[in-house]
Amino acid sequence: MPHARPLATLVLAAALTLGAGAAAQTLLVSAASSLTEAMEAVATAFEAEHDGVRVDLNLAGSSTLAAQILQGAPADVFASANAAQMDVVADAGLLASDPVPFARNALVAIAPADAPLADLGALAEPGTLVVLAAPEVPAGAYARTALAALGDLRGDDFEAAVLANVVSEEPNVRQVAAKVALGEADAAIVYATDAAAVDGLAAIPIPAAANVDARYPVAPIAGSDHPELAAAFAAFLRSEPAQALLAERGFRAP
Amino acid sequence: MSARRPRRPAPAALLLAAAPLAALLVVPVAALLLRAVAPDALATLTLPIALDAIRLSLLTSGAALALTVLFGTPLAYLLARVRFPGRGLLDALVDLPVVLPPVVAGVALLLVFGRRGWIGAPLAEAGVDLAFTTTAVVLAQVFVASPFYVRALKVAFASVPRELEGAARTDGATRLQAFLRITAPLAAPGFVEGALLAWARALGEFGATIVFAGSIAGRTRTLPLAIYATLERDLDAAVALAGLLTAVALAVFLAVRAVGRASVPRRT
Repeated sequence: MPHARPLATLVLAAALTLGAGAAAQTLLVSAASSLTEAMEAVATAFEAEHDGVRVDLNLAGSSTLAAQILQGAPADVFASANAAQMDVVADAGLLASDPVPFARNALVAIAPADAPLADLGALAEPGTLVVLAAPEVPAGAYARTALAALGDLRGDDFEAAVLANVVSEEPNVRQVAAKVALGEADAAIVYATDAAAVDGLAAIPIPAAANVDARYPVAPIAGSDHPELAAAFAAFLRSEPAQALLAERGFRAP
Repeated sequence: MSARRPRRPAPAALLLAAAPLAALLVVPVAALLLRAVAPDALATLTLPIALDAIRLSLLTSGAALALTVLFGTPLAYLLARVRFPGRGLLDALVDLPVVLPPVVAGVALLLVFGRRGWIGAPLAEAGVDLAFTTTAVVLAQVFVASPFYVRALKVAFASVPRELEGAARTDGATRLQAFLRITAPLAAPGFVEGALLAWARALGEFGATIVFAGSIAGRTRTLPLAIYATLERDLDAAVALAGLLTAVALAVFLAVRAVGRASVPRRT
């Protein structure tokens, strides 16, 4: 009976999962893609401190997460990569309390590790395949701000030249990084933390004068089944242990 | 077909048992179509983002259909008529994209046609870059859609009795003439059905496209990608485009059914 055992295992696993779900509280955290590894570590630390609590992560571009929450998708906590997408949820009256900042990030340019860019100027050279996150995605919005600032610094048409090289607008920053890591695109702009977290990338710094101060806010969502737990998770993100986990992955303190 | 029997009311228990799934399948489509025809949504269909996507989708799905017919017809005939070692395996592999998750198709295409892929790398060296181009979109659409055409046409070819072709050959027709005069006309309903289904599938292609071709307005952002991109900034526009695609898909299925009814009598 080659099929009987896997089936039995599956049924057992499903029963255990359902049983565990009934016994424990599950907190659903919608978090920006760039937070992937950091949020996984923070979630594990939070679970360790709260018996019987499981944290499920919904990771996507903040604009996707905000749209999901607006359309009634379940979420107990929203961790956005910028204020604009948090405001989308706040304006709809869906926050249980005001958002608080918990991390900061900056941008870098990236290229495939085996085909690095000479300098930032290469982004503007004709034929360079540049990928950005879509303008609604925080990483895409920040990148466009930085490109404008770089153009101002250089005093040429750098911004327009780079934007003309954009061959794809991705739904989240990790898809941007993936396109470069695969070697499909020549260059992109992502968070410094993504450049460190994703293999196969070479980073080129963006000067502080043109860089952005990406601030990540978090807030509990209204109508949660576990409002206290949701508030506790949002507060936990600002605690020392969580801040250490974020710092390990390159995020700066709020 | 048997003569029409007097209609009897369906048993209540059967209706009750069939209702949940029927509702699951019908209600979301109805909700989408109703919301899409609301004035706010309909007005968005003339926005540049919608028009760009509609234009690109018609162009790419048309090109994908042309390539599918050009190369899918001989493949379908080969699979239907010629015995050769490994035919069963090839048959299964040709069908595979029908059930393959499109995102998997996108990854597979990257491995072959990506800039570091088996064919993509030599092409890139020769100066042909497929990455992020409209050509990449068409390639993704052919990959996911052509199996629908090949399947339908293969069945249609196989259902044409060989004796008919044989008779034509004995009367002096060449192999090609026998195909064009006898087999092709008899297989026409299968051709139409396969072409319609393949076109609709190409039109709806999303996963392979976003992985393999990226998403930029006017070049690779077809209707499904535009719906995905618009969902986050203009729900009305996303719903209108989604309703448009749904209406087209529905029309295709109704057309396929009409072709099926009008075609040669089938074995019962």
